[in-house]
Amino acid sequence: MILSTQLPLFPEAASTIAPEVDALYFFLIAVSSFFAILIFSLVFFFAIRYRRRSESERPRPIVGSLKLELLWTVIPLILSMVMFAWGAKVYYDIYTPPTDALNIYVVGKQWMWKLQHPEGVREINELHVPVGAKVRLTMTSEDVIHSFYIPAFRIKMDVLPGRYTTVWFEATRPGKYHLFCAEYCGTQHSNMIGSVYALEPDAYEDWLSGASAQALSMAEAGRQIFHQADCVTCHLSDDPLGPSLSGLYGSRVQLDSGETVVADQEYIRESILNPNAKIVAGYESVMPTYRGLLNEEEILQLIAYIRSINDISGTDGGSAATERMESDQ
Amino acid sequence: MSSSFGPPKKSAESYLTAGYSLKSWLVTEDHKRIAILYLISISVFFVVGGLFAVLIRLELLTPGADLLEADTYNKLFTMHGLVMIFFFLVPSIPAVLGNFLIPMMIGARDLAFPKINLLSWYIFAVGGLFTVVVALWGGVDTGWTFYTPYSSTYSNSAVTLMAVGVFITGFSSILTGLNFIVTIHKMRAPGLTWFRLPLFVWAHYATALIMLLGTPVIAITMLLLVLERGFGIGIFDPALGGDPVLFQHLFWFYSHPAVYIMILPAMGVISELITCFSRKRIFGYSFVAFSSLAIAILGFLVWGHHLFTSGQSIYAGMVFSVLTMLVAIPSAIKTFNWTATLYKGSVAFDTPMLYAFGFIGLFTIGGLTGLFLGTLGLDVHVHDTYFVVAHFHYIMVGGAIMGYLGGLHFWWPKMVGRLYPEGWAKLSALIIFIGFNLTFFPQFLVGYLGMPRRYHVYPDEFQVFHVLSTAGASILAVGYLLPVIYLVWSVFRGERAPANPWRAKGLEWETPSPPPTFNFDETPVVKEEAYNYSPREAEVV
Amino acid sequence: MSSVRSSGVAHQFDDAEQQREVVTLGMWAFLITEVMMFGGLFLGYTVYRAKHPHAFIEGSHHLDIWLGAFNTVVLICSSLTMALAVHAAQLDRRKGTVLFLLLTILLGSVFLGVKVIEYTSKWEQNLVPGAHFAFPDAQAPDQVELFYSFYFAMTGLHAVHMIVGVALLGILAMLAWRGKFSSKYYQPVEMSGLYWHFVDIVWIFLFPLLYLIGAHYV
Ligand code: HEA
Ligand code: HEA
Ligand code: HEC
Ligand code: CUA
Ligand SMILES: [Cu+2]
Repeated sequence: MILSTQLPLFPEAASTIAPEVDALYFFLIAVSSFFAILIFSLVFFFAIRYRRRSESERPRPIVGSLKLELLWTVIPLILSMVMFAWGAKVYYDIYTPPTDALNIYVVGKQWMWKLQHPEGVREINELHVPVGAKVRLTMTSEDVIHSFYIPAFRIKMDVLPGRYTTVWFEATRPGKYHLFCAEYCGTQHSNMIGSVYALEPDAYEDWLSGASAQALSMAEAGRQIFHQADCVTCHLSDDPLGPSLSGLYGSRVQLDSGETVVADQEYIRESILNPNAKIVAGYESVMPTYRGLLNEEEILQLIAYIRSINDISGTDGGSAATERMESDQ
Repeated sequence: MSSSFGPPKKSAESYLTAGYSLKSWLVTEDHKRIAILYLISISVFFVVGGLFAVLIRLELLTPGADLLEADTYNKLFTMHGLVMIFFFLVPSIPAVLGNFLIPMMIGARDLAFPKINLLSWYIFAVGGLFTVVVALWGGVDTGWTFYTPYSSTYSNSAVTLMAVGVFITGFSSILTGLNFIVTIHKMRAPGLTWFRLPLFVWAHYATALIMLLGTPVIAITMLLLVLERGFGIGIFDPALGGDPVLFQHLFWFYSHPAVYIMILPAMGVISELITCFSRKRIFGYSFVAFSSLAIAILGFLVWGHHLFTSGQSIYAGMVFSVLTMLVAIPSAIKTFNWTATLYKGSVAFDTPMLYAFGFIGLFTIGGLTGLFLGTLGLDVHVHDTYFVVAHFHYIMVGGAIMGYLGGLHFWWPKMVGRLYPEGWAKLSALIIFIGFNLTFFPQFLVGYLGMPRRYHVYPDEFQVFHVLSTAGASILAVGYLLPVIYLVWSVFRGERAPANPWRAKGLEWETPSPPPTFNFDETPVVKEEAYNYSPREAEVV
Repeated sequence: MSSVRSSGVAHQFDDAEQQREVVTLGMWAFLITEVMMFGGLFLGYTVYRAKHPHAFIEGSHHLDIWLGAFNTVVLICSSLTMALAVHAAQLDRRKGTVLFLLLTILLGSVFLGVKVIEYTSKWEQNLVPGAHFAFPDAQAPDQVELFYSFYFAMTGLHAVHMIVGVALLGILAMLAWRGKFSSKYYQPVEMSGLYWHFVDIVWIFLFPLLYLIGAHYV
């Protein structure tokens, strides 16, 4: 049994949000200590001061005091509302990604993390990110619920099957940090872990160009799938059976039920896996489902591709660079 | 004397001597005997759940996987949570102390439905049997929360059987709650108005409301889980258009109120202990009484605070966070009123009172850390880490079990007619307090460092905390072992107890120890407030 | 141990009046837990119907409205006969009590019989969720399967309650025949009546929610 030599008492704070969470933590510690110490010392003091000295003692009963009751209702109420408001602000920040973020895609699977950068670099249980850049994670699961957790960044988000969830961060200090799966997901849950490497921007560019040398960008990979899976026969061909997909991403789509929906990632995913759930106005429900034929990563690549043909209407392609910094809605 | 009749007659046959055969116990309709049946069964489950905990702690002594396979570990914490919650803590105070005392406290001969009371124990036993079978069968590995789709599609363990076990046990809880509500409404002795009731009864009334309204929902949830697992009906399966998060909503709709099922009765016990051992009327009776109801009602509105990172909308998160803060206020009110009751009292340090002090301290810490979890931005970081584990053990082990043990010691002379050895009792209360803090305080620290819960192996830098925690757990085990020994010993060898060893107020103390089968020869008539410890005129501050 | 005194008042009660109040309150409390139990299912139903409105309508169209409506009428009639049974018991009419109880049982059984017919035909049409489920001409067969999951879960739970109710009334009819009830002591009949009406009311909600949705889309 070897005890590790260093004894950390406080986690590293390596993202922009971390100091905010820590400040909130210290505020709660302060309020809690105040009440805990107050109560402990009162109990201690009363117990000693009014200890029973003779069996015949008959202390005078006290009915209560409305003033005191109000006091110890209102003060905790105010303090807890401060906690709430402050906590809500931090929470809002954690889960509202900025529009100019770098997109990275995450697929959780029993029991590993598969990540892909728009440039096409894939990583397993490792994530390289540049310091000082906002990074947005779009995540989904191939099986059960997982949860993506980087303690040093103070962020955590469940990763659900059948849905996309997002979270973002901006690393502030270069280093290697723990990545944990925080939602129990089966036998090897505690081995669904990895590392996050925050690199200085230069080092990150080096890493990226080294790693992406022979990788296809996500949009490019998506383009290939678009051809292999015969999506082209109906979409983008000369005589389209289905609607053109260029300019689709982020636009409003008119459905035959009369509703309109925004074509976001969730909608495109559903269109591929469950095409009949929402029918585009003016078209027949002839599109086959691709459930079981495409996996989550391929779908993410298709989405990346569909995104990439947004402004370059009608033509194949789209570059990773535009896709990376592209704003979302 | 609060009632119209004189000191109890010596000749009265006690409920314990009313029959010695096994059958006389197994078909009894006497609420006191049923309480003893419950006491025995939940004690067994406590030891079983505790042994699971011991194995968990041993495994976590080192960062690697030295003692157990991953699969075994997962099954251990699942079974530990399930056994401790559904088969120990939920029934603990209500089914043992509540069952024994509520009729006596309100001057009734029995609960409203004695047969249903017995039935509830049998249902509990059948549910318990399922658990034992599941444990022998190889266990369940879903965590006590049964989250889908892991539990519905992926787990290879005995989920169905266990879900059925929980489903069945739920009905025992429902029936107990139903019995309490009706009894408290309709069977109070003449003169015992609502505002003369002991606060223990108020607390149980609030608990019973939750049992009645919440438990059916967990029953239906378990049923859906079983159907989903058995027939793939798709309700929780995203591939079929279902939503796995709906399960979490349904589960916590019961399981959050259920945490108040576990704490409210303990709060009731503490009100009795504090008043008796400071010889004083409770400070702010109606505030303490109504705060129980407030907790029961608000408790139904906060379940979403378990889902802050689940992908529910951030605005839903905010609503649940506000409500979580509100539900903490009635607990704050209670804590302050207990403290104020000590003021100018006559404070004695008998064992039950030591437990009451322990409760106040540990519940305060557990409750305050609950606020950390209810604070949205902070919960994102600490959700599903050991911070949460520490929070709920502080409340459930530090709070609820302290309350249970305090109550058990307080009413033990009444229940068995014998006194326990005071020295040993004080010693073990101390050991439990120390062992408890050593076990669970380090978990707050390691939790904030980021140690996720339900981890079988973990990074080296967390080890120090786990070593401390395991050391504490072994002290805690000794602390729990002692009462088991000396309480059992006292049943046979303990000094005979007088009717009212603590010179406490309350109708239950006006019966002999142990009480006769029908409690009272004549229905008592109540003419005064609860906790009227002094003939002196009350002071209004 | 429970020494029932000659008056029919159990040992824990002071008098018959108290016993009557206690039992009534107990029954209402029980019905509240039942509401919560069905409530869980209704909630799930609402969530998914809001999520997949078309699939639910499509699924609903494969239920037999006429059988459903027939059953609704049957249950309403049974509530009437049940009320008449309670009334007869209050008036010391032993034969009337037995007769109306038997009629209620009969109507309940008819209901269950129709349910059996419906379930078998669903089985034959492969509309039972699970491995055999098939719904060829739907836009979204999976969501239709969800509808049927709720259909079977809700009507199944309701049918279980009906079976319990029929058994209960059977026992009551027997006791009534032996003359156990009188104008002084008819509470068991009254309480079973409450239960029976409750189960009826659940059906009154189930029928439109399952059978009648989206009729205007046809
Ligand atoms: C008996 C059991 C019990 C009780 C009573 C409580 C009480 C509370 N709990 Fe706890 N809780 C659990 C058992 C319990 N909990 C369990 C088992 C889990 C985990 C389940 C799982 O995932 O496995 C959990 C998880 C849990 C979570 C989810 C955490 C997560 O998974 O991320 C949250 C979040 O809000 C929470 C909050 C609270 C709050 C605010 C209270 C409040 O009621 C506490 C109120 C008390 C006080 C506040 C202290 C006294 C007051 C004062 C001293 C005055 C000062 C007060 C103020 C300034 C307001 N609890
Ligand atoms: C009432 C509820 C209750 C109680 C009393 C306890 C009691 C204890 N619990 Fe537990 N615990 C839970 C409810 C409870 N727990 C729940 C709900 C979970 C979550 C499960 C999940 O994630 O699904 C959990 C999870 C949990 C974990 C986290 C596991 C993980 O996430 O990986 C740990 C780890 O330390 C732990 C430890 C302990 C310990 C040391 C005790 C000790 O207090 C136990 C002490 C008791 C004994 C030791 C038995 C009595 C002893 C004797 C009578 C003497 C004989 C025995 C010996 C000589 C050894 N518990
Ligand atoms: C057999 C023809 C066919 C094939 C093959 C096909 N689609 Fe479609 N698709 C359609 C039709 C028709 C529609 C419009 C009706 C609807 O919404 O279902 C459509 C709609 C869509 C939409 C929604 C478009 C909008 O404007 O809202 C997306 C996205 C889409 N398809 C993507 C794909 C992808 C990706 C593939 C290949 C993996 C694919 N489709 C293959 C026929 C097809
Ligand atoms: Cu993935 Cu835990
Ligand atoms: Cu909760």
